Amino acid sequence: MSEQHLLSVQDLHTSFFTDAGEVQAVNGVSFNLDPGEILGIVGESGSGKSVSAYSIMRILADTGRVVGGKILFKGEDLSTWSETQMRSFRGKNCSIIFQDPMTSLNPVFTIGNQMKEAVVLHTDKRGAIADDRVVELLELVGINEPKKRVKQYPFELSGGMRQRVMIAMALACEPDILIADEPTTALDVTIQAQILELIQSLQKKMGMAVILVTHDLGVIADMCDNIVVMYGGRICERGTAHEIFYNPRHEYTKGLLRSIPNVNNMKKKLVPISGTPINMLNLPKGCAFCARCDAAMKICLSTPPEELSINENHRAACWMNVKELYETEEAAQ
Amino acid sequence: MSDVLLEVRNLKQYFPVKSGFKTVPLKAVDDVSFTVNRGETLGLVGESGCGKTTVGRTILHLYEPTSGEILFDGQPVTSGNIGHMRKQMQMVFQDPYSSLDPRMTVEDIIGEPLDVHHLCKSRKERREKILELMSFVGLNAEHARRYAHEFSGGQRQRIGIARALAVDPKFIVCDEPVSALDVSIQAQVINMFEELQEKLGVAYLFIAHDLLVVHHISDRIAVMYLGKIVEIADADELNERPMHPYTESLLSAVPIPDPDITRSRKRILLEGDVPSPLNMPTGCAFRTRCRFATEQCGKECPALTDRGGGHFVACWNK
Repeated sequence: MSEQHLLSVQDLHTSFFTDAGEVQAVNGVSFNLDPGEILGIVGESGSGKSVSAYSIMRILADTGRVVGGKILFKGEDLSTWSETQMRSFRGKNCSIIFQDPMTSLNPVFTIGNQMKEAVVLHTDKRGAIADDRVVELLELVGINEPKKRVKQYPFELSGGMRQRVMIAMALACEPDILIADEPTTALDVTIQAQILELIQSLQKKMGMAVILVTHDLGVIADMCDNIVVMYGGRICERGTAHEIFYNPRHEYTKGLLRSIPNVNNMKKKLVPISGTPINMLNLPKGCAFCARCDAAMKICLSTPPEELSINENHRAACWMNVKELYETEEAAQ
Repeated sequence: MSDVLLEVRNLKQYFPVKSGFKTVPLKAVDDVSFTVNRGETLGLVGESGCGKTTVGRTILHLYEPTSGEILFDGQPVTSGNIGHMRKQMQMVFQDPYSSLDPRMTVEDIIGEPLDVHHLCKSRKERREKILELMSFVGLNAEHARRYAHEFSGGQRQRIGIARALAVDPKFIVCDEPVSALDVSIQAQVINMFEELQEKLGVAYLFIAHDLLVVHHISDRIAVMYLGKIVEIADADELNERPMHPYTESLLSAVPIPDPDITRSRKRILLEGDVPSPLNMPTGCAFRTRCRFATEQCGKECPALTDRGGGHFVACWNK
């Protein structure tokens, strides 16, 4: 066996069984996560980025099910774990923070009460010692007057503060992995900067691995070591931040980068990706992106592209790369 | 004909809020003045709750202003003539899901302003005008008989834009028109705004919180903080030489989609949160979070003053 990763997702398939039919939200996703790494998953709404994260935690909605693939945590297959084992996995080994800090906190309990629950559930701290731990955690995430805050209810805090509480709660047991699902989308830029800075500094301090799920390319560029780009439930491209931003090799990634304002030339016209996001109920036979792709070829319509290694830090699933490869080979002959 | 299309003078918009037994004014917009030139895009940025949406809505008299003057083409806009004025100024709303009537067809949604202002003499003319507007914003003629729920977010926003364009306005308030859309769709709508401006010479007040988008689309940008404009300048000038400490930190907080640039920049982090507009600090509203705050900032509120080349800043220390 090759080197063991902290988390290894292998050919994950997750489907939702709705009245309208099976929605293949995640369609063969594989990635590895190593300790201390910040991995960014980027994509549009409906691309399967959040569902991938939820599949790892096994917190999918009732209609959703992992229908194929393996998720290995430190080499152990999570699918063989019972619900009880998963419960201790969540929180202790892997925590998640959600987009909307208002709806993910319970409005009828105080901050202290909710945080203590997490501490008591996952550690052997009880009573006053657990209370102290709560205050310590709030301090860690930079909340002023933590002793006062523990008695407050979520509605008394601002959005940024609530997200800090969520982070503190997620860090209660010093997990190996922190999944952040659009952690700053609901926040203002100045507050977003505070939260991102906090996640970065905590990540350095505690050495945990972070999976950052977002649609914001700016946040990704700022935070991540490695990036996975998703479209239509599949991974289009993966690589280091440098490779993805400066040497994109999938037409979708290229399109995304062209459709946002160019920092070096603000007045340059944007090049939008034509069409609309795909209907997940009716996935095309070939490449998921082919209907919107300007460079689509015959083969794109019929066969989904395999991932091809561009270099050791970069892989992309696009037929264009195969074409280029052939052309250079032909030219060489 | 002067260049100035819209002039806002000392606009104030206070909302009464019950606090215990008393009713106190919430100063959503507090003494705001600016101008918009013909065919120009003025970007209006700020954090949530700073009053940028209220400014846009008050210009169109969706709220009755507490005080201040709004001059459109040199003519004062009042509650008496606003019905007539809305033939020249229109609005595109943020949420394409709630700003379209679910029980009306696209044809009726776009046709309503035509009916209100009696712009079409015959049914045939009305129909032709609607189809023309639809093709303008990139919708097919076959969409006319459909209802809003049958469309995606980007398409709905196009319907909203077609409705705003129906009366041939000179000025459109765009209130966060792209923030509910996916990145790939955002670019489509932004490009459409730009093309319409080139073709029709319409001016925009472009309200948004995404600073990159605002920088891209705007000629000039105004930055708001707690109901006041703290800085107005040419878009490039503002981004290259921000003067107000709030603008500085706001710009430095924007994550730039370019790893090398964004990682080499230094973020100027602001402490804490925006103060409650019900309990505003005395003097300059920003001083509680400002790095440079001095005693004077607490005493008196700085006025917007010209620092050369149309770069206006309201700060004592710059």
